[in-house]
Amino acid sequence: MNAFGTLLYKELLRFWKVSFQTVAAPILTALLYLLIFSHALEARVEALPGVSYTAFLVPGLAMMSLLQNAFANSSSSLIQSKITGNIVFLLLTPLSPAQMFLAYLVAAIVRGVAVAAGVLLATLFIAPVPLLHPFWALAFALLGGGILGTLGIVAGIWADKFDQLAAFQNFLIVPATFLAGVFYSVHSLPEFWQGASHLNPFFYLVDGFRYGFFGASDVRPGLSLAIVAGCLLALCALALRLLHIGYKLRH
Amino acid sequence: MSPIIEAVPIGAARRSVGAPLAIEVRAASKHYGSLRALDGVSLEIAQGEFFGLLGPNGAGKTTLISLLAGLARADAGTLTVMGHDVVREFRAARRALGVVPQELVFDPFFTVRETLRIQSGYFGLRRNDAWIDQIIERLDLTEKANSNMRALSGGMKRRVLVGQALVHRPPVIILDEPTAGVDVELRQGLWQFIRELNCAGHTIVLTTHYLEEAEALCTRIAMLKQGRVVALDSTRNLLQRFAGVRVRVRLLPDRLPSTLEGWQARREGETRILQLPDYGSIEQLLAALRTAQVQVQELDVMQADLEDVFVQVMRTG
Repeated sequence: MNAFGTLLYKELLRFWKVSFQTVAAPILTALLYLLIFSHALEARVEALPGVSYTAFLVPGLAMMSLLQNAFANSSSSLIQSKITGNIVFLLLTPLSPAQMFLAYLVAAIVRGVAVAAGVLLATLFIAPVPLLHPFWALAFALLGGGILGTLGIVAGIWADKFDQLAAFQNFLIVPATFLAGVFYSVHSLPEFWQGASHLNPFFYLVDGFRYGFFGASDVRPGLSLAIVAGCLLALCALALRLLHIGYKLRH
Repeated sequence: MSPIIEAVPIGAARRSVGAPLAIEVRAASKHYGSLRALDGVSLEIAQGEFFGLLGPNGAGKTTLISLLAGLARADAGTLTVMGHDVVREFRAARRALGVVPQELVFDPFFTVRETLRIQSGYFGLRRNDAWIDQIIERLDLTEKANSNMRALSGGMKRRVLVGQALVHRPPVIILDEPTAGVDVELRQGLWQFIRELNCAGHTIVLTTHYLEEAEALCTRIAMLKQGRVVALDSTRNLLQRFAGVRVRVRLLPDRLPSTLEGWQARREGETRILQLPDYGSIEQLLAALRTAQVQVQELDVMQADLEDVFVQVMRTG
């Protein structure tokens, strides 16, 4: 196997060996959200015309799980390797910064997409949703995994301790994903909060992903795609730069 | 342990003219904040050498290794491994180098075999299983090959680290304190293995706190102190140059002629330890004693060891 393929294989094996924790647990969490929120709000909320609230929730929950798990994969792998010191095995090899970046990135996307697919499969029996534009859904899934996987790489490189990483996750990633219109349509928000939501790149991911299922969205999917692609490119440039200069990895 | 692993065909190259040096360090410096970890270090290590890098804690040994391995970047100076610059040609330099790190690190997700396979893959090696099997067997890890790294004792983890450093058959191997915390039997086995690798043509660079190990194994030694090279010579020359010859004598009457008093290092009961500049001085000693009509009742020529040299160099260097 080539060097990139090996690191990718290692990263996939790493989460697959503990898949109960890394794949099954987030699927269960998403299902619990779905059961609780749909039970409480099914009769009261219609977020999209002609779409039941439970069905509306499904793509949002799938995307939220995808984002959180893509971030968790690359960030936790890097911080664990840094803290236990075994990152040295990687740094001693001829792997280039780009190869390292891509391997962590693709593994994060795979885990995110696996969890999202699991959520969609598990909810098939509770609230079947249509998939009107599968390629749009796939494009947003890959871009979402890419953005959060890259953010995870940046956070994993930057953090020196687990609690710094936990702060990044709990004060940035979790709020931004929760407030990305997973549980509501931003049109139902007061004007100020609608505007604020449009500053959150994760909102475009959730909205665009939902378009793939229902063919309806708050923002035109093409615009959402352009915005998230721009975010991904900027983050990729940052992550590659950090790896290239060896920030906090090579003294 | 089973017979020697297959030889790496570089033994001939080390004697040929124009072959690159295994390691070349030119005026390398490295600061960590206000700490001067390396201060203009230069040294050359030829292919096939068994080279010792000695010095007290904080002398800069691990920093030098980190610069060679690309784990840190030098503020000034250049470093090459097998002729490849460690920054500009990092891929070739890292392919030529195997490093056994000082810290006992491992990835708790994988088994011994997975660990070695993954490390091999990082170097882009396909179908390397035969070599991995040899490493596992040679390092006495066969029974644990499919055990998770967490289940291994400290000594076994250390052996896996050695295996990881060898998995891409590097011509140059650096071992940073490989026997720290390793029991005697295992240490012997490990040294035998490393010695065989050296005989097969690998260049070995070793740092250790066990000076008797360095003395027994290394043909050439550099001593570092506060980021500088304070001694660099063959082990034999170092032992002679710095320590001279020590002689234990018991005299009757117990009296040293005044011309010889400068040689007395200390007294131990009825005997005296004399520090002579070289072996030739023994003749001079005996002649002076005969002239002074002092009888030699006992005479031991004591070999200086590396510890004496080390202490002396660190005091004066």
